[in-house]
Order: sequence, then structure tokens, then C-alpha cells
Amino acid sequence: MSSPHSGPRSLSESELIMGDPGPTGRFGEFGGRFVPESLVPACMELEASFRRAWIDPAFRRELDHLLHSYGGRPTPVTECLRLSEELGVRVLLKREDLAHTGSHKINNVVGQALLARRMGKKRLIAETGAGQHGVATATAAALFGMECVVYMGAVDMERQALNVFRMELLGAEVRSVESGSRTLKDAVNEALRDWVASVDTTHYCLGSVMGPHPYPWMVRELQRVVGDESRAQCREILDGKDPDMVVACAGGGSNAAGTFAGFADGTSSVLVGVEAAGGAAMHNGIPGVLHGMRSALIQDESGQILEAESISAGLDYPGIGPEHAHLAAIGRARYETADDTEVVEAFQRLSKTEGIIPALESAHAVAWVIRMAGTEVLPTGSTVLITLSGRGDKDVAQVRDILRRGETTAR
Amino acid sequence: MIGKPIAPGRGVLETTLRDRRQSGDKLLVPYVTGGMDDEWLVTVEAVAGAGADAIEVGIPFSDPMIDGPVIQEASLRALGRGTTPAGILADLGRLHIGIPVVVMTYYNLIYRAGHQRIAGLMAESGVSGAIIPDLPLEELEPWAMAADDAGIATVLLVAPSTPPERIAAICLRSRGFVYGVGRMGVTGEQSSLAGSAREVAERVRAATELPVCIGIGVSTPEQAAAVCEVADGVVVGSALVRRLLEGAGPVGAAEFVSSLRVALDGG
Repeated sequence: MSSPHSGPRSLSESELIMGDPGPTGRFGEFGGRFVPESLVPACMELEASFRRAWIDPAFRRELDHLLHSYGGRPTPVTECLRLSEELGVRVLLKREDLAHTGSHKINNVVGQALLARRMGKKRLIAETGAGQHGVATATAAALFGMECVVYMGAVDMERQALNVFRMELLGAEVRSVESGSRTLKDAVNEALRDWVASVDTTHYCLGSVMGPHPYPWMVRELQRVVGDESRAQCREILDGKDPDMVVACAGGGSNAAGTFAGFADGTSSVLVGVEAAGGAAMHNGIPGVLHGMRSALIQDESGQILEAESISAGLDYPGIGPEHAHLAAIGRARYETADDTEVVEAFQRLSKTEGIIPALESAHAVAWVIRMAGTEVLPTGSTVLITLSGRGDKDVAQVRDILRRGETTAR
Repeated sequence: MIGKPIAPGRGVLETTLRDRRQSGDKLLVPYVTGGMDDEWLVTVEAVAGAGADAIEVGIPFSDPMIDGPVIQEASLRALGRGTTPAGILADLGRLHIGIPVVVMTYYNLIYRAGHQRIAGLMAESGVSGAIIPDLPLEELEPWAMAADDAGIATVLLVAPSTPPERIAAICLRSRGFVYGVGRMGVTGEQSSLAGSAREVAERVRAATELPVCIGIGVSTPEQAAAVCEVADGVVVGSALVRRLLEGAGPVGAAEFVSSLRVALDGG
């Protein structure tokens, strides 16, 4: 699968920066499989099934075909001419907003649904924050004729009411999660609780590069298509060169991981993940264990997990995928934050300058680039690729309300 | 450690439970969430006096993913009262109940405190064992070594989904007793005993000499007696904690535990 551009020699999986984490699912000191014994056999079975499928040409052909004919891949890379001129840096957008269901989430769920069918599972469960992963899972379940239950925090159901209705239209049952902070973290807890009791018939379609092994690796591999496409597309636009910087927003971090996977090995592009200031696990977190993984977590001095708070439901998570913690530890990627105020500004600016309404999640990446353009971090004349992970239709009502109130809460 | 009825040290939990089994008794291990109300230590004493052979004390975690609504609620109440792991252990250190105490908690609290440090705190508090349900065999070693050194028995779990060769490996590494998970699911009361409870008990009994206690989904005296036709004992959590949440208090808790004791004794 290696392209003629991938370097002087092909590296083996274990030599790659973003390669195979092995049977223990370790990315350096992060990752692992910290789940109750009841779920260990299911995680092992899933890992074995994915390993077989991922090297099976028939599986890859079917996945590629579905992503193309159903998912709308490849998505284009758009050069932002007006924004580039204003910022003095050349801004390229990887347009995951144009994928079916409006975000990169479809890449992961089509792959996992295909895998679930191979494993003989007839029911999909998922957690969702902003609702994008829930919508994508409901979509895949409809496509494959599977039962689908989506767990969503009560707070998120309120701020993303339209996505709740979308999931129901697609035939999924949305279950309101009333425990804890009633957001994404608690939806993951409920989905895991469901899975413990239903593992014989059910596949847990986890939405990000988090959770127990093999999920962080499997979801990154299923999202790698974003980075692989981007790298080739950037080379066409940039006369065979890679962008100086590659930027993506990160909650759990799946669009960032998929994007980085295309650049981590074989390029010198600077990789930047942008977290929500109110949920910045890489900035405010320390290593801990939650939801089956060891990673950076926002927690108190006893180890109780704290609630993340952000304008975007999709980034409201107190942790981040373990591979991101590793990429930061080895210095291959850096992690920055954007606050609610600049995110709402970036949301409007991209809409007005380019005619592209970004998801609030994606607007974090845009906001950081806007702030950094022209500084020594992102000097005038440099090139930057931003993964626009999703479109902002779901956020329009929320942003309207914020602008009417004339305020955003700066963090 | 003068004045402690149970000296901390390797094997206290296993020795106590084996002795009870040897004398023909079934083992009763009630669970109480530490810090869930002002009276929880009195409850622990009352339960110990009502026929328990060991007691499991939950150290509450913000994200108890293997627990159902009852233990979640108790954990939430405990955390709302400002309960901390160090506080629970300090409280337990003042307790004199004459039976082993096993703490149950989630791994992040252990990891955050540091393996050796919290194992030491447990030992100082007279705790004999620890159950950490989100720490499976493959991830166990750093904690288990610290626990062994401190004389804390790490009790491992076997689930209905655990394959035979894995059961053997888990039993080999488990200390104190082996916790058989009675059903595929989270903690919580069930109107009937799952068939898997007896099956798990049989499979674990065949794999180890350690005492085998079944928990998760054992809710009534009848269910406890039924599963103990095969198992050495039972862990009863949600059924007891629900009564406490409903205001049963130490007296009501002791009454319920007595009814479990009577059923296990063949009454």
C-alpha cells in the first residue's frame, strides 16, 4: 500500500510513528485495555476480527467501495483564497464536511458496521456528544439493516435537538443519559454498561480513537483515509510539497488521528491538535485510566474525573485518545487550545470569507490558525492544512442564540 | 497495629474464608459504599455483627462503569459528601469488626494515588484485600506486585464470558478468593438468578482451591442459597445498598444481612 513518495524505504509497522500498537495496544506508556473481565473476551475477539479484516483485500474493497459510492469519498481539499489573503498564510481545508452525514464520522462507522456484520452482530450501540457520531452510526445501521441504540447525555440532547431527530428518522433509538455530567463522558459509561449485558449480539461502535484496545488503533486506521487522501491532494496543490503545518480539532481526537496518520511518518509537517479550552485534556490533564484506556485526563487530586465544559458538545470530553498523549510525549504533535469566543468568531469568519459553515468542533482548528497566522509559530507565507471535520448546520441555531445574547463566555 | 483484631498481612483474607469453608459454612460478603451517608461506618459494624464473613467497602469513583443505578447513586451521594479514598481508608482504620475488609474501587483512584502508596495506606487501615474490576489480568502486574508486597490480597474476577484457559490463569493470580461474576451485566438486583451464576461457580470451583464467591445479580436470600449450592459464598451489593438508600439504616441493613445468613445456613 506504500506510495512511491513514502520515503527512501518502507518502514515496518513497528518502526512507524503511527503504526500497529501490538497485542497490548500500547502507544508508549498510553493505551491498554482497562475493562472489566466480562468485556475482555469481546475486545480480544474484536481485535482478532479487525486484524483479519484489515489485511483482507475483499474487506478493503468493500469498504472502499462503500466510502466512495455511499460516503462520497474522496472529499476534496479546498484552497481558501480569501482567508489566505487576509491571514498571509496559505490555508487548505480537507473537506470532511462534504462526506455523507456531514462529518468524518462516517468513515469509522461504515468500517465498524462492516466488521460487525462479519462478526455476526445484529445490533449497534454508540455514544454521541454533538450527535455526529450518533447520526453516522444510525446511518450505517440503516444501511446494513441493523438495530441501533445511541446513548446521549441529556445536556447534549437539548443543545443538539435536531441531531436527535435525525437519529430517530434513521430508525435509531436515542437514550437520554441522566447520570454524572450528562454529557459525552457519561454517554460512554452507559454504552459500556449496555455492552457488558449485550455483548453476544451487539457491537459497540465507539466513535473516537479512545476506549480499550483495539478501538484507538482501529478507529485511527479507519480514519487514516482522511490523512492519506490529504497528503496526496496537498502534493498536487503544493507542487509536490507537504504543508508546513497540519491542524485538526481534538476531543477524543479521531479526525486529528486520521489526519495525522497521513503525515506523521515520512513528512516534516508540524502536527497540531486543537482542544476546547474548557476540555483540554492535553493541557490540563494528567495521566490516568478511564473508559478502558490510559491517557491524559482532567481529574482532581484523588483521581475523580472532572467535567469538561465547552461550547461544542463534540469536544466536551475530559480525556483524549491515548495515541495523542503519546504523540505529544515524543514531540511529534503539539496540542493547543481555542476558547469559545474565538471559536464563534472563526465560525462566522469562515462562513463569510469562504462560504463554508464549519462545525463548532472544526472551528476550533480554524480559530487557532487565525490566531497564530503571522506569528513565528505560523509565519507569513507558510502553508497550513486544516481538517474541517464537519459542517456547521447542526450548530446554526446555537450560534444564532449566542450572537443574539451578544456574548460568548470567554475561558 | 496493637489492638487490631485482624492483623494486616498476606493471607488473612484467604485464611479466614478457608477456615469458614472448612467448618462447613457458606461465605457471606455484603457490600457497602464507603461514605454514602453519615452512618456508613455504623452500618459496616452492624452488618459485620449480623453474620458477614468479610465485608466489601466501595471507594466511590466518579465514573463507575460496571455499576448499575443503585451503586451509582450511592457513589454520587458519597462524592457529594466530599468522600475521598484517603478519608475512607482513615475511617476504616478506626474500625474494629473482627472480619476482613476488602475494598472495591476503580483503577484510576489507585493509579492516581500511586500503587505502593495506596497499598501501604490500605495495609495501615487494616484492609485485607482489594477488588479493582477495571484492572484485568493483562494490566494487573504493577498494582498486584505492590499489593502483594503490602499484604493486600488482589481478588480477581471471572466472568460468564471468560474462556477456560483464561479462568485457570485468573485463578492462579487471584488472592484471597475468586470473584465469580454471576451474570453478564452491571451490578444490580435481579428478580431471578441467572443460569450463568451457577455455571460460573462450577467452572471456577473446578479450576481452583481458593474460595469462590459469586456476586453481581445475587439479590435475595433464596438466590444466595441457590447459588451456594455450587459456590462457596456470595457477594451481595445492590440489594443491600438500595435498602440503605431507602433509609433502612444500620438496623435495617443488619436485618437483611441476617436473613441472608439464615438462608445460607440452611434455615
